[in-house]
Amino acid sequence: MSKSTLVSTTVNGDAVEFACPTDESLMTALRDRVGLTGVKEGCGTGDCGACSISLDGRLVCSCIVLGVEAEGRSIETVEGLSQNGVLHPLQQNFIDHAALQCGICTPGFLIAAKALLDRNPNPDESEIRYALAGNLCRCTGYDKIVRAVQATAKDMRKKGRS
Amino acid sequence: MRYETPASAKEAAGLLKKEKGAAFLLAGGTDLLVKLKMGIVEPDLVVDIKRIPKISDIQSSAKGFTIGAAVSGAELGEHAGLKKAWPGVVEAANLIGSDQIQGRATLPGNLCNASPAADSVPALIAAGAKAIVVGPLKKRTVPVEKIMIGPGKTSLAKGELIEAITLPKAEPRSGDAYLRFTPRTEMDIAVVGIAISLKLERGVIKKARVVLGAVAPTAIVVAAAAKAIIGSKLDDKALDKLAAACSAACNPIDDKRGTIEYRVRVAGVLAKRAAKVAFQRAGGSL
Repeated sequence: MSKSTLVSTTVNGDAVEFACPTDESLMTALRDRVGLTGVKEGCGTGDCGACSISLDGRLVCSCIVLGVEAEGRSIETVEGLSQNGVLHPLQQNFIDHAALQCGICTPGFLIAAKALLDRNPNPDESEIRYALAGNLCRCTGYDKIVRAVQATAKDMRKKGRS
Repeated sequence: MRYETPASAKEAAGLLKKEKGAAFLLAGGTDLLVKLKMGIVEPDLVVDIKRIPKISDIQSSAKGFTIGAAVSGAELGEHAGLKKAWPGVVEAANLIGSDQIQGRATLPGNLCNASPAADSVPALIAAGAKAIVVGPLKKRTVPVEKIMIGPGKTSLAKGELIEAITLPKAEPRSGDAYLRFTPRTEMDIAVVGIAISLKLERGVIKKARVVLGAVAPTAIVVAAAAKAIIGSKLDDKALDKLAAACSAACNPIDDKRGTIEYRVRVAGVLAKRAAKVAFQRAGGSL
């Protein structure tokens, strides 16, 4: 076990400090030390996207980021998506379109889909499928997820909300 | 495991050089941290270079571009000037992994991981890219094709690291392209990768560089393939010669992604396609 290091970050807008061993992944630190269990462990090697977070505005797999790398950085997880108890349009559309079954991959899909919509409010189906290629779902067959993202893009363009 | 965030490339080199145990450089971490997780490496020291000033910057000047060692694939893809000058380099880098991987993966990381199938490496070599290598005592500039010497092996000495990759200014009427073949569209490893960079003069190919990936222990510069198209307007005869030269240069492995015969054949097919893309980007008409 490596020595613990104190890490100061911003998580979903709040200042958060945690102490973690230098060789611990940011995914594990967020789950076990910060309590954000919406960050899921799938493969642990950057292939499945279940641990997707936004790090300084950049979509990454938190399983292949060290916790200590997050010093001074800003992190967004699925827990930060809803505002004042109101689900983010992506979350609502995932429910409405039954875009999840077991749910393990869902937080990662939501974060990756949000990253896509933030930079491209009007993606076509092919752009959505490419943008979500780093997220694996073994339940839905992806189609409902794609529909939910398309519906969200449409809703958000109408409302002008991001 | 000690974790250090040096303030300069020279300091990073000193830390790597001094360490008696297993020392690793961390930039994007998309290879290193996977190996750490899988127990393939057990670092005593990890040197994170991302806190070094300018290491995450893309600088453009009259001479070309200097891309810091911590610049991610996503940042390359968002840089309009770089994309315009070297579209083949950017498309090659952007083919690596998913958007999540693009958020972290770097050019020197792809190069120093030294996979024969590294996507950005053939494109960098075709473009005439150079690596700025910093050691504890001195700095040297090395053509990218001199870095990788075999699967997982580089020519860097202990304590040396790549601080930046430089790309020359793109010449007028020049173009580059990178194509790869993979069994799946995304999240896969190249069966064949090919990068072609060329320059036209009055519609005729004046200069060319053809580089194959994933069909030999390292990326290979295929001089015979470049010769096959130089002096041509990329007519069918030149394209056939190009394909034959590329297939002849292959020395591939057999694996689940592709047999030797398949890789050899696909190298020729992809070469033709990549040449056409580069030619059109240079302003040539087919």
